[in-house]
Amino acid sequence: MDSKDQDKNSLYLKLIPYFEKYGILLLLVIMIVVMHFLQPDVFLSWRNVTNVFKQISWQSMLALGVFMVIVTAGIDLSVGSIMMLSLMILAIVAKAGAPWYIVVITPLIAGFLCGLFNGLGITLLRMPHPFIMTLGTLYIFRGTGNLISGGTPISGFTDEVRYLGHGRIDLTWLGLEKSQYLPVSLVLIAIVYIIFWIFMNKTRTGKWIYAIGGNPNAARASGINVNKILVIVYSLCGFLSGIGALILAGRTDSGYPNAGLQSELDAIAACIIGGASFFGGRGTVLGVFAGVMIMGILRNGLNLMDVSSFWQQVLIGSIIVLAVYVDVLRRDFGTRK
Amino acid sequence: MSSANQLLLEAKNVTKYFGTITALENVNLKIHAGECLGVVGDNGAGKTTLMKVLSGLYKPSAGSLHFEGKEKVLESPRDSQNLGLEMVYQDLALAGNLPIGENIFLGREPTTNLGLLKFLDYKKIKELTEAHLGKLKINVKSADQKVEELSGGQRQAVAIARSTAFNAKVVIMDEPTAALAIKEVGKVLDLINGLKKTGVGVIVISHRMDDIFAVCDRVMALFQGTNFAESELSNTSRDEVIGWIMGKK
Repeated sequence: MDSKDQDKNSLYLKLIPYFEKYGILLLLVIMIVVMHFLQPDVFLSWRNVTNVFKQISWQSMLALGVFMVIVTAGIDLSVGSIMMLSLMILAIVAKAGAPWYIVVITPLIAGFLCGLFNGLGITLLRMPHPFIMTLGTLYIFRGTGNLISGGTPISGFTDEVRYLGHGRIDLTWLGLEKSQYLPVSLVLIAIVYIIFWIFMNKTRTGKWIYAIGGNPNAARASGINVNKILVIVYSLCGFLSGIGALILAGRTDSGYPNAGLQSELDAIAACIIGGASFFGGRGTVLGVFAGVMIMGILRNGLNLMDVSSFWQQVLIGSIIVLAVYVDVLRRDFGTRK
Repeated sequence: MSSANQLLLEAKNVTKYFGTITALENVNLKIHAGECLGVVGDNGAGKTTLMKVLSGLYKPSAGSLHFEGKEKVLESPRDSQNLGLEMVYQDLALAGNLPIGENIFLGREPTTNLGLLKFLDYKKIKELTEAHLGKLKINVKSADQKVEELSGGQRQAVAIARSTAFNAKVVIMDEPTAALAIKEVGKVLDLINGLKKTGVGVIVISHRMDDIFAVCDRVMALFQGTNFAESELSNTSRDEVIGWIMGKK
């Protein structure tokens, strides 16, 4: 950015805020276009697109929960275990013959309580960092899930229980073919993301979550009950993991011990790719969605091209580093020296 | 001009012990409407402790606080804020990731309530912010600018704006110019003079004689936790005040 052209420079500066907001979407669009050219027959087919959404459905819930935690400059390593424990509880309650409406609510309550446990631990026990509390509960929740289930899969749920993860919305009334249905999980993602977008951007609590991430001392000096907000955030994160469990129950028709193994790292990766800052206070719901989509499309596209899953790991790792580096460069241009 | 105005806040014989340490002993302080009081003293003289007592962060071990003639017991900073006593902290206590307006109203945002949910009234925040910044003659590009994009002086101005957004009667400022570039100091001092004109009582804690002599009407020195000296500014000199800080009369 030498003094080549003043106008060009100021135009560039004007574009920065938009780039900051929507740059990640641009990356997503570029990926979609590239994948389309690499796999013109398959990638944008109805079947494949709905497939991508089905695959990312439960991850998107974990990522959204972890995102809110990251905005407070915290971290939640236990979301995968919360989901597994909630799934196991759902499976046990379902096998015990409870009516479907009870079965459907149990993972949500279980997830919420796990998150509440995290939040209270972090605030009441005054843990030096949420990393430690949630690292502990990562083991505690998964261990508990295995204890109550005996470490064996529990399979077979009713259609009502499986609806959110497995249901299809028929679109033949629109003149589409039978195979061109809308997955219920896609609609669920949209609804949940819109609700949380409103929560984070339009409500006072959402604003306080950003304020705590920006400067916890300022939040405290402003009379905000920081601990209370943190407990709410971790509880909501657990609740979203519970929704993830419900979706996964529908998709796999089974509660199994390895559910959500390492998915906390996927969730964190999606947030980071989506532009959330580990230092807190920064990131958008739209960005997290883009981050989840980018990871989903990358995995899907590489599968379509028959690339080994080992290369997928290498590529996803590279994208994380690259995304954050682009972010570093952007801030160099954007901040006042 | 100060003596003609209403007495806002008075501390009477305030004493504060921390264990066996006496941080303040029988300290008296008065601040009137439209007046600026400078509080000087060496490190450990008790300035910060006194300010924390005034802002409700510490409860005095003995002595009393009187606001507009009535004795008040402050249990928390919220209590002092409700009386119209605001503090501008040295570390500014702003959230850099939020815009100016949202910082000014942080914790006290205007909202529209829908059941349990409180939705922020962004339009009102913007209007109130612009009106308030205009009243204080603080120039920023836009109320939507993030605080981290501002210079040190602009941040200090936002912190002061924040302290006066809710009809503050007394504003206590801890080293308001300490972190500023020289060219920005003047702007902040102008702001303090502006506050005085609107009838706010300002207490400035500062090491900088330039600041004290630019804005204050009265100066008091603390030395080892006691009132050491006090004077109208017109009756003293820099050298004398510097002597007080070092415990010489």
